[in-house]
Amino acid sequence: MTNWHEICISNMSKSVIIQGGVAVLAEFSKELITYFYKTMCRIRLFEETVEKLFLEGQIPGFVHLYIGEEAIATGVCANLTKSDYIASTHRGHGHTIAKGADLKRAMAEIFGKKTGLCKGKGGSMHIADFSVGMLGANGVVGGGFNLAVGAGLAISMQKRKDVSVVFFGDGASNRGTFHEAANLAAAWKLPVIFVCENNQYASTTPHGTQTSVENIADRAVGYGMPGVIVDGNDIFAVYEAAKEAVERARNGGGPTLIEAKTYRIKGHFVGDPELYRTREEVNNQFENNDPIKRFERKALQENLLTKKEMEAIKEEVRKEIEEALEFAQNSPYPHKDELFDDLYV
Amino acid sequence: MREITFAQATLEAMAEEMRRDERVFVMGEDIARQGGIFGQFKGLPQEFGFDRVRDTPISETAIIGAAVGAALAGMRPVADMHFADFMGVCMDELFNQMAKIRYMFGGQCKVPVVVRAPDGLANRAAAQHSQSIESWFMHIPGIKVVAPSNPADAKGLLKAAIRDDNPVIYFENKILYRELGPVPEGEYIVPIGKANVVKEGKDVTIISYSIAMKHANKAAEILAKDGIDAEVIDLRTISPYDKDTIMESVKKTHRLVIIHEAVKQGGVGAEIAAFVAENAIDYLDAPILRFGAPFVPVPFSPPLEDAYKLNTDEIVEKIRRMF
Repeated sequence: MTNWHEICISNMSKSVIIQGGVAVLAEFSKELITYFYKTMCRIRLFEETVEKLFLEGQIPGFVHLYIGEEAIATGVCANLTKSDYIASTHRGHGHTIAKGADLKRAMAEIFGKKTGLCKGKGGSMHIADFSVGMLGANGVVGGGFNLAVGAGLAISMQKRKDVSVVFFGDGASNRGTFHEAANLAAAWKLPVIFVCENNQYASTTPHGTQTSVENIADRAVGYGMPGVIVDGNDIFAVYEAAKEAVERARNGGGPTLIEAKTYRIKGHFVGDPELYRTREEVNNQFENNDPIKRFERKALQENLLTKKEMEAIKEEVRKEIEEALEFAQNSPYPHKDELFDDLYV
Repeated sequence: MREITFAQATLEAMAEEMRRDERVFVMGEDIARQGGIFGQFKGLPQEFGFDRVRDTPISETAIIGAAVGAALAGMRPVADMHFADFMGVCMDELFNQMAKIRYMFGGQCKVPVVVRAPDGLANRAAAQHSQSIESWFMHIPGIKVVAPSNPADAKGLLKAAIRDDNPVIYFENKILYRELGPVPEGEYIVPIGKANVVKEGKDVTIISYSIAMKHANKAAEILAKDGIDAEVIDLRTISPYDKDTIMESVKKTHRLVIIHEAVKQGGVGAEIAAFVAENAIDYLDAPILRFGAPFVPVPFSPPLEDAYKLNTDEIVEKIRRMF
């Protein structure tokens, strides 16, 4: 292994040690901790609701759920402001919510309603909210890389302090788009953060069977940027890793590749027969590695939030999602006369 | 009016638009330090710097993807494709990202990207450096496609493309770069979507664009000696094409000929012929004639390439037989 790899690994263990320590935990304000939990719960309940309604036949199209990966979008986006950009994936509801999109309009979009973020033209796979810098989910795996790099180029040319983040899966790191984008971002030192959500499966194919490296972060070496591995189901670790990368980018230090190791609790899409893994594997992950359960255990253990506080947060979220659902269900579909709207400016 | 080349006309358009709007920048392979392989970017970095005139890696996917991303973040990028043939490399960025982002996101954003694509047969460059592929993009909603045939249009259409808030693909023929022609100085815009009736006539409508306009004009000239008064239309914009001008002309002349350098099968001519057949077949006094390349890749060997090319004599002969 190269030196870069050693640096990556040592960075990682350093952050793990730090995160386990009381000293650094004290740096997480109560407000931020509450935000972590609330956002992760929002995504989880949003996704569970979408899954249920999809199976009931209320939602058309395809749906790819973010369940089990909530800590990544939440931890990364907690470092961003509205003027920062993110480019997302087909599994994009979590990113949309974490970047601050309106839950009602997000839900309405997934229903294909006129009141949706994209007026019902995009749906689950093409959800976007430009008002909060969310440059869109993408129906093409690996489609977001170069859009994010372009946004980073614009930021750099406009001499802004913002950053551009692209979320992608381990499968997408095998697309040529990743390699062209990584090279360009590093060659031009653009403020881009590549966040790999390594959920162990590229669609239905286990990571190890189709990817040349165990760690996607190792690929950073080839592009002259730092590569960092982080436990993607530990929101504190994700937040810290993203913070460092975002700060580097904001200060002209160029791009970073963060590999967040996680696990896709649900199938590739809702309805996936999941012939490629055992229930045991999934259940084990859900019991022991679910980012929300892990947060809750840690929160209680380290007195970050009380059980009562967490219950109150969950109750608040339940209401929000209920309202979002009601809004979506009661909203009208677009009229057929709107077919050609927004094709050209 | 002063005369400049087609390449100089595009350069003038770029410089004027970059002076007018600091959001406009250009990136591509070999454009800054070399000035473009056809000299069409010469001098731009000296005036605007290497930040706004960017040499990119040989990464067409990144060029178009980043152009789209930069447009979403408030810039107005011009992306050069080196050769139109290389658009295949970044096809997803062109047709799934650039073309669709505005529509599928419900009009939340604009995508003011200009893709410059040098096309056509030149210097015996063979199968992968000689193609005319405008018809691919005519099939994709969300993109505009233009193809100037002379220096004045080269300037006017490029300025219009840069100012357009939609993605525009600008096909510029490589042989035309050196062509001289009168070009208005300063502000000169050729509106996108409007064809140009180059020569009025009453007997037959000849529609063409880009380099093939040479054949259209030449054929009309020869036919005039036979007493056939051809109306010649320079389409200028491939998508959205000017249906009104076409209909008006065909209703007047009752005969339609379409000429382009691109492969005839599935070409722009096929679309126009179908459009006229659907909407004005009763006006036609003869079957529609289409001229384009044979259904084969561009061959290298000179005699083979010559056989591949459009032939004015053949065009004239076939048009004569319409009467």
